Amino acid sequence: MTTQETPASASRNRSFPKPEFTDAEAGALEFPSSGSRAYNYFSPRKMRATMYEDVTFDVQPDPERHLTQGWIYGFGDGEGGYPKEWTALKSSDWHAFRDPNEEWEQTIFRNNANVVRQIQQNLTNAKQAGAYSGWPPGWTRFVERHLGAWMHAENGLGMHVFTAAQRSGPTNMINTAIAVNAAHKLRFAQDLALYNLDLAESGLEFDGSAHRGVWREDPVWQPVREVVEHLTAIGDWAEALFAANVVFESLIGVLFRSHLVMQIAARNGDYVTPSLVGTGENDHERDLGYSSALFRMLAEDPEFGAANRDVMQGWVRRWAPMCRNAAHELQPIWSQPQEKVITFADSWTAADEGFAAVLGEFGLTEQKG
Amino acid sequence: MSRQSLSKAHKKITELSWEPTFATPATRFGTDYRFDKSPKKDPLKQILRSYFPMEEEKDNRVYGAMDGAIRGNMFRQVQERWMEWQKLFLSIIPFPEISAARAMPMAIDAVPNPQIHNGLAVQMIDEVRHSTIQMNLKRLYMNHYIDPAGFDISEKAFSNCYAGTIGRQFGEGFITGDAVTAANIYLTVVAETAFTNTLFVAMPSEAAANGDYLLPTVFHSVQSDESRHISNGYSILLMALADEQNRKLLERDLRYAWWNNHCVVDAAIGTFIEYGSKDRRKDRDSYAEMWRRWIYDDYYRSYLLPLEKYGLEIPHDLVEKSWSRIVDDFYVHRVAQFFATGWPVNFWRIDPMTDADFEWFEHKYPGWYDQFGKWWENYNRLRYPGRNKPIAFEDVGYEYPHRCWTCMVPCLVREDMAVDKVDGQWRTYCSEPCHWTDTVAFRATYEGRETPNMGRLTGKREWETLYHGWDLADVLTDLDYVRDDGRTLVPQPHLDLDDPKKLWTLDDIRGIEFSSPNISLNEMTDAERERHVAEYRANPNVSS
Repeated sequence: MTTQETPASASRNRSFPKPEFTDAEAGALEFPSSGSRAYNYFSPRKMRATMYEDVTFDVQPDPERHLTQGWIYGFGDGEGGYPKEWTALKSSDWHAFRDPNEEWEQTIFRNNANVVRQIQQNLTNAKQAGAYSGWPPGWTRFVERHLGAWMHAENGLGMHVFTAAQRSGPTNMINTAIAVNAAHKLRFAQDLALYNLDLAESGLEFDGSAHRGVWREDPVWQPVREVVEHLTAIGDWAEALFAANVVFESLIGVLFRSHLVMQIAARNGDYVTPSLVGTGENDHERDLGYSSALFRMLAEDPEFGAANRDVMQGWVRRWAPMCRNAAHELQPIWSQPQEKVITFADSWTAADEGFAAVLGEFGLTEQKG
Repeated sequence: MSRQSLSKAHKKITELSWEPTFATPATRFGTDYRFDKSPKKDPLKQILRSYFPMEEEKDNRVYGAMDGAIRGNMFRQVQERWMEWQKLFLSIIPFPEISAARAMPMAIDAVPNPQIHNGLAVQMIDEVRHSTIQMNLKRLYMNHYIDPAGFDISEKAFSNCYAGTIGRQFGEGFITGDAVTAANIYLTVVAETAFTNTLFVAMPSEAAANGDYLLPTVFHSVQSDESRHISNGYSILLMALADEQNRKLLERDLRYAWWNNHCVVDAAIGTFIEYGSKDRRKDRDSYAEMWRRWIYDDYYRSYLLPLEKYGLEIPHDLVEKSWSRIVDDFYVHRVAQFFATGWPVNFWRIDPMTDADFEWFEHKYPGWYDQFGKWWENYNRLRYPGRNKPIAFEDVGYEYPHRCWTCMVPCLVREDMAVDKVDGQWRTYCSEPCHWTDTVAFRATYEGRETPNMGRLTGKREWETLYHGWDLADVLTDLDYVRDDGRTLVPQPHLDLDDPKKLWTLDDIRGIEFSSPNISLNEMTDAERERHVAEYRANPNVSS
């Protein structure tokens, strides 16, 4: 048959299904369980299960909860599923964890779509208003080099810490929260990269390729890159989460984003960068929220709390000095913008106090020395 | 975003990765594949700035349709026959979806290509979406369909049901073993590229024909993400093909993945479509016809065959054998009969077949009545309690089958059953390829080569062994497949809810002993076993 010919089927009567009225809706009859309209295989945190709990709980099975045949596929060593031994921390009930952000499909897309819309509107307006033309050269260099370098850190954590770790937690509630964290980091890194592209095309004297060299070679950034690379090399998923969200973010991430960029941008004539970096800071607040809830639960575990605090304290000992050192190596960049409205000492004090407060939530301290 | 700016933007975000010098990312998941010689191919230009609003829009359409369905009283016109099978299907599918999310770091670990990493990370977010959007669809069914029993225990039932375990390997296969075998060949190259066509395209059209337009709404939205996943998988496949050392592993994994997907997905989706539908128009496609279109033509001929130009041996024999099992050996019908035989340990109800169904089956699958007609007449005759036991425990000429150790679907094409003593235990397999999967593919060496990263078959793989020697009433109580009056069973071999006397209770099944064919097999002497196996293979298992 050629394409010009009419298919035989075209001349036939159309055939279509004929749905019928079945009266199969709720309440049409009463019989045992006819009113059983809630998932009843888990205990919600409050009186009624939230949408978040309903669509997330027990989707990842557990031989300790209902999974009678155990895992039916294993790795080469025979281990299957989500071994609890993949972290040194222990819990008397991993399933007690709930993400305070209650992340599920709709929240992920609503929140992140709102952020990217907000950023795109800001960038469009900035372009139309010629917002970059008044930037002092010192600030331009700062954004070009240092904000540019920072996006690598965000991407490295998103791809090789959080995306990696969401395979390994023992419950769906934990892994989904980590997956959302990964999405935040990757989106924010891309937002910074695309901002960098915008600036390079804005007519400003701005080298859009400088960030790569700064991240790879500038001495002030090498200790940060070293920490980030070491974070990606952690095998224990909970340690990776702790080291990244509790230690690195408090001592370096918040220091750079909140206590430097957000403080000085406006005084340097830049109202665009804070609106963008603020979204990363907001993401971090959410991500620290779920991380804190998890580590608090583990630190307060009735059976393993003390041992867990010891393990976490060990992680603080391992990671805090490295992050502290990297943060201090960044100090020269505080003096690079034209308007130096905050000192490194002030920024560091604020970050350090924030870190101490987070550790305090878990009954931990930083033993400096 | 215009195409030009999209390309420029994507080029920019590829600048985000770097070659580490202080430490390299932990390799949590190993692979026996090599990627040293791989080209760095860029599958799709995925940017989160455009991705999130796009997905939000897709979500809004889905949730708008859900609101519309409720306001429009969709459940006045859904077929119960259809909805009951959704209790099983929607208990299974969110787990493979979330497993796919968890599989992404395995592929990222294995494949040294930052551009593919980006695509895989986006896929991770997609899969979280799919899992929760499906859980929410099920929640809506539970709230608005006449019989919520079964939906209300969903994830628990998935974890302890003999049928859920068949579906579970669809997810567990993604997250264990060799990272490339699991996260690329099994998940993406075969499951997503081939079998989601029947899962997410063919099945929704059947749902709509049965008055359920929410399943198509949700699953077509899911399927619209799959094309990106398919590109991820194809890129990794091409990278693997760049190294001759990978060829044998690819051929092994294509054989395993194809056959396991066929055994598991065709069993489940074939049953849902053929036995869940009330649409018996003669010109509506049967599952076999859908399979021919979506899997044979669209996947095998258009996707797999062209790989031969790379020197890859395609499992033609297994493709043809799958087709033959579906059209000549009544594979789907034997599975449906098995599920209906096992109705007392289900958590859904199964509607008896009627004359209209018989006529359609005979039209689509000539010879169907001779094989299955009498049995379904018996099923119909024995559907109410009081005068008889459940059909599995009545003499209707049906011998309860052995389980396949590998795919866990029973050995239903009886003459194909393989039997072997493996790791000290007599095991039965539905077919030679499943025997090969356990004894050859999932081992630490393959064709003389060390394959330490290959997965293992683990767990209590024969569900029936958990309850060997138990009273059936105690089995149901232990499973928690009992309704909220404490005595009426969730499963029923009919759809009649109007008369309590028609509903089976624990009292109706008490005193019936449950047993495991595999335990019995292992208790036999060699002579008894050989005789038993010969008789099993020769038994046509037809009701008189």
